[in-house]
Amino acid sequence: MNGWSALDRFLRTDPRDVGCAQAMEMLHIYADLTAAGAPAEQRYPGIAAHLRACGPCGEDFEGLLAAVRGEAH
Amino acid sequence: MTVGSSAQQCRDGKAPPPGPIATAPGVEYLGSIATVGENGTVHRTPATAAELDPESAEWVRVLADTGPRREAALARLHEMLVRIARGEVQRRGLRLRITGAELDDLAYQAAADALLAITSKIGQFRGESRFTTWAYKFVVFGVSAKIARHFWQNPSVPLDAEDWDRLPDRFGFDPAQEAEWRDLLAALRRAVDQELTVRQRTVFVAIVLNDVPLDTLVIELASNRNAIYKTLFDARRKLRAALAANGYIGDDTLRSS
Repeated sequence: MNGWSALDRFLRTDPRDVGCAQAMEMLHIYADLTAAGAPAEQRYPGIAAHLRACGPCGEDFEGLLAAVRGEAH
Repeated sequence: MTVGSSAQQCRDGKAPPPGPIATAPGVEYLGSIATVGENGTVHRTPATAAELDPESAEWVRVLADTGPRREAALARLHEMLVRIARGEVQRRGLRLRITGAELDDLAYQAAADALLAITSKIGQFRGESRFTTWAYKFVVFGVSAKIARHFWQNPSVPLDAEDWDRLPDRFGFDPAQEAEWRDLLAALRRAVDQELTVRQRTVFVAIVLNDVPLDTLVIELASNRNAIYKTLFDARRKLRAALAANGYIGDDTLRSS
């Protein structure tokens, strides 16, 4: 990714973005759906938009998903 | 680049936030329907214990119990939380300047905090996910909080530093092609100075220029993740609009020279 596209991504905001509070409240639900292979992104587009944009929430989601998947193996 | 880990957006703690975020009519949960109130609060019909999967129902039952069965369940849960916390700090460890015993200590603290949170909030578990997923969420959040506090206590750069020479590198602009991006970044800096509020500018400088983790800035500003994210979210919208007004953005994308 070059500087132009990185800056473009940074400045781009998604009006569906639900913000951190709602994403954090529902993260366990979203993670279970994702781990089960269900279409979580289609079901909760606002959370998906947020997790794409917010570094800390995205990191927490990856961590929770890793925990859930690790437990299953 | 995403917000906060390296740089991007947010949601305010104040009154009704603007746009579709605040006006979403409802959010469907696994076993119930949730609605979002004007202040962003989620309201929903709780699931009953009968709707829980058998393993989750057993966890809820033994944790609500008293005596040796509950103690045994707490010990087992703590063991699971420590394992998850260790896995999480190791997963993040490669990017952290924390090693060895300090990482392990951080994992134990996060697990202890999570166990406390889980036992005090067990009545709020509605069976919308498996119990263990709900429980692991607390330990993942705990690891995030502990790491943020670590960086707040041991900042790699002063949190209030302001070195604009870092801006090209933060977005990965090639120094050899400075002639192509110099005007764009100069316009971005002007927009930061002229369009943003003091609070938005503070957050932009900390997160974008200084690469301060969003959760660390939350501690520094005595705020919360949602509010800092929203502040930067609004700042990003303003900056994009300013660059568009000055011809740097067209057709919804940046215009390279």
